[in-house]
Amino acid sequence: MLVKLSINGEKHEADVEPRLLLVHLLRDVLRLTGTHIGCDTTHCGACTILLDGRPVKSCTMFAVQAQGKELMTVEGLEQNGKLHPLQEGFVAEHGLQCGYCTPGMLMTSYAFLKKHPSPTEDEIRWAISGNLCRCTGYVNIVKAVQHAAAQIAGGK
Amino acid sequence: MALRTSPEVGGMGHSLKRKEDPRFIRGKGTYVDDVQLPGMLYLDIVRSPHAHAKIKKIDSTKALAVPGVLAVITGEDLAKYNLHWMPTLMSDTQMVLPVEKVMYQAQEVAAVLATSRYAAADGAAAVTVDYEPLPVVVDPKKALQPGAPVLRTDKKDKKDNHIWHWEWGDKAATDRAFTEASVTVKEDIYLPRIHVASIETCGCIAHFDKIDGKLTVWMTTQAPHAIRTVFALVAGHVGLAEHKIRIISPDIGGGFGGKVPVYPGYVIAVAASVLTGKPVKWIEDRMENLQADSFARDYHISAELAARQDGTLTALRIKTIADHGYADAAANPSKFPAGLFHVCTGSYDLKSAHIEVDGAYTNKPPGGIAYRCSFRVTEAVHTIERMVDLMAHQLGVDPADFRMKNFVKPEQFPYKSALGWEYDSGNYAGALRKAMDTIGYAELRREQAEKRKRGVLMGVGISSFTEIVGAGPSKHFDILGLKMFDSCEIRVHPTGKAIARFGTKSQGQGHETTYAQILAEELGIPANDIQVEEGDTDTAPYGLGTYASRSTPVAGAAAAVAARKVRDKARKIAAYLLEVAEDDLVWEPGKFSVKGAPGKSKTIQDIAFAAYTNHPQGMEAGLEAVSYYDPPNLTYPFGSYICVVDIDSGTGEVKVRRFVAIDDCGNIINPMIVQGQVHGGLTMGLAPALFEEISYDEIGNIRGGSFIDYLLPTAVETPKWETGHTVTPSPHHPLGAKGVGESATVGAPAAIANAVVDALWHLGVRHVDIPITPAKVWKLLREKGVKE
Repeated sequence: MLVKLSINGEKHEADVEPRLLLVHLLRDVLRLTGTHIGCDTTHCGACTILLDGRPVKSCTMFAVQAQGKELMTVEGLEQNGKLHPLQEGFVAEHGLQCGYCTPGMLMTSYAFLKKHPSPTEDEIRWAISGNLCRCTGYVNIVKAVQHAAAQIAGGK
Repeated sequence: MALRTSPEVGGMGHSLKRKEDPRFIRGKGTYVDDVQLPGMLYLDIVRSPHAHAKIKKIDSTKALAVPGVLAVITGEDLAKYNLHWMPTLMSDTQMVLPVEKVMYQAQEVAAVLATSRYAAADGAAAVTVDYEPLPVVVDPKKALQPGAPVLRTDKKDKKDNHIWHWEWGDKAATDRAFTEASVTVKEDIYLPRIHVASIETCGCIAHFDKIDGKLTVWMTTQAPHAIRTVFALVAGHVGLAEHKIRIISPDIGGGFGGKVPVYPGYVIAVAASVLTGKPVKWIEDRMENLQADSFARDYHISAELAARQDGTLTALRIKTIADHGYADAAANPSKFPAGLFHVCTGSYDLKSAHIEVDGAYTNKPPGGIAYRCSFRVTEAVHTIERMVDLMAHQLGVDPADFRMKNFVKPEQFPYKSALGWEYDSGNYAGALRKAMDTIGYAELRREQAEKRKRGVLMGVGISSFTEIVGAGPSKHFDILGLKMFDSCEIRVHPTGKAIARFGTKSQGQGHETTYAQILAEELGIPANDIQVEEGDTDTAPYGLGTYASRSTPVAGAAAAVAARKVRDKARKIAAYLLEVAEDDLVWEPGKFSVKGAPGKSKTIQDIAFAAYTNHPQGMEAGLEAVSYYDPPNLTYPFGSYICVVDIDSGTGEVKVRRFVAIDDCGNIINPMIVQGQVHGGLTMGLAPALFEEISYDEIGNIRGGSFIDYLLPTAVETPKWETGHTVTPSPHHPLGAKGVGESATVGAPAAIANAVVDALWHLGVRHVDIPITPAKVWKLLREKGVKE
């Protein structure tokens, strides 16, 4: 089946098997390997991307279900050579270690901050609870999201 | 430790931002599944639904009819090359693919090679296997009873399921101490089977180039050099020689010990690539990862502790049954089948101790890795910390006071433990006092007493652990005969920048940053001017890899020693350039100056340039050095953790209200990274304390084989960790550092378990095995008559 979609503002099309998972379209076909795979059961969130602005786990969607949609992946966060405040926050607050869950964490947090520009710590913890991290203990991820929220608020 | 370098140089003590982060925050890391080679084939694995069964027939007909499927590989195929079995790190054997029978649920039975990921999976689903179920042995205690079905029928003379008996310490003295003791306590403690579950699973791409006969394997491994040697030793007879094997360990998405072993999937992928001459990718999914990869712990411990009436601890006696699954594939130093479990006297000045461990075969996956810990240290710490707490409660003494009384004292270091270890340095009371001050210990005890009157359940738990890391001195430590040194090779370029390569491999610990900081400290070259590389056996010096908190203690020391060799040569060049004697020069990070004439100096960059353009006659050009560091002793990080829990008497839920962790890892290289390691370690301590367990039903079906049942803590369950540190340098490490990656995982579970028992002691509860689930606590509360 021919699937046409937009990823990070660029149009893509690919002829795929109907059963091809969206994450495999991104990673194996289009070679956007920033989106990762960590489980088979939609628990870990390493594959989180945005679909029309909503965070979804791309391992649990078929590529053809993204027909005509606007997707955003971790590769789309940096704009014109400028890092997104979340990316800066993760570096500044040591919010990553092995880096494997990081793209998913970034995308979930990106969508969350759009809706909740000045969240409490508890709200951040609930927001990222669909994304597992085995390295950081979450403390610094929370700080990274707070850092980004402050940056974004300051920039307005 | 006072800072010796500026933030621009970024030596030890600076919270330098990590050099690896720019690629990771952009999604530009290169993990193994990101590598895609032209013409690459994919491997998928058929796994057993039975825990113990004879294989009567494997029918590949339907699988071979699936479009894209090229081959189905079975044990019979590998047997032609004598590759159907492989040795384990503990000199046992395990199957790559079975010929006669399967020994655990999810064991590899056959492999399907295909042109795509999906075709390989279709092929695996289409392979039909005819099994004849055999009696299953799940409980290791039953496995050791006479008459139990013998599992390892492949071993001709094997008449039981007993793997080995190991004991350590002075039995006679320990027994005597127990006879003479005024008070003894005894407890059975089970540390269940758990899984590291790094978010990236395991996998590889094997690429055998038939023309030059070279095998390159991109592989999720924590120990690339050791893997290369193992491959050469195991597959030498089919033509793989070590100079024709290159192991590349790319970015690794978490290791924690799970990426130390060689799993059958790697070997099958290599065999498939050697036969086809094409690159072959094998990536396991999460369920395969949890169900078949090496587990941790599974120790059935029976411990006894003895004390005098005044509360002075005297002796420890332990008997343990270690469930190894169907093969002892533990990742341990060869001489220590129970790892470093015999550090179990912990932080206490016990005069005698004796431990016995018996290994047992069961119908479970093989292994015995560490779950972010140095070779069974968590088992040791959990046991001693639970037992000390039990004794304190038994004597009616506050557990903090009781620990203070029995700690090894600062003036006793270097301290020889009853089980023979020489602890390098420590100030155990200092760490506990700081933890008590930070958390407000006395006030918590008042609150607890008040709440107890009202029937509200609250507990305070302490864990004052001592670790043993940095394996290890070559006299005692080897893996398959390979001594456990590690290495650093440094080359300073003419313009004063440098590249340094190591025998270790980071899996998130931040080596690219930390090692650069060590070199910046020693050479004064800014950390950002130093490129750190690891994980490619064609370029890096030989080393034993990263696990058991050994990177800073061993490879970090190698970095310091190599840098000092560079500095020795730099001194000679500086003396030549400045026309003075070497003894007339003084070093400060980054330059040599003439004594008494501070303006007269040469920077390390000046010297590097001269090393290639104007070096003294008779001296070799260049500025480089290599060190293979053999540590004189292990290092002994320690700390004191205090945890406050509130227990819901209705649901049995344990909530960690506060958790204060005071760590002492000696001198600190990067405070930001050290704190991050502690945060992560604490969370991997919380996980098995409250959530994680892999158990089996009576016919060997795995429970906990996916993230549906195997519960990793999310940000919601994880408390807001409160951390701090004391600094007691290691006297024998060149930088005074000790290692920190695992301390918190080792120390945290006991603090949580002790807090829970502390909350329930007045109800008659003496012990709760981890994971302390709501169901377990709910049942206990009802048994003790507490109303919902």
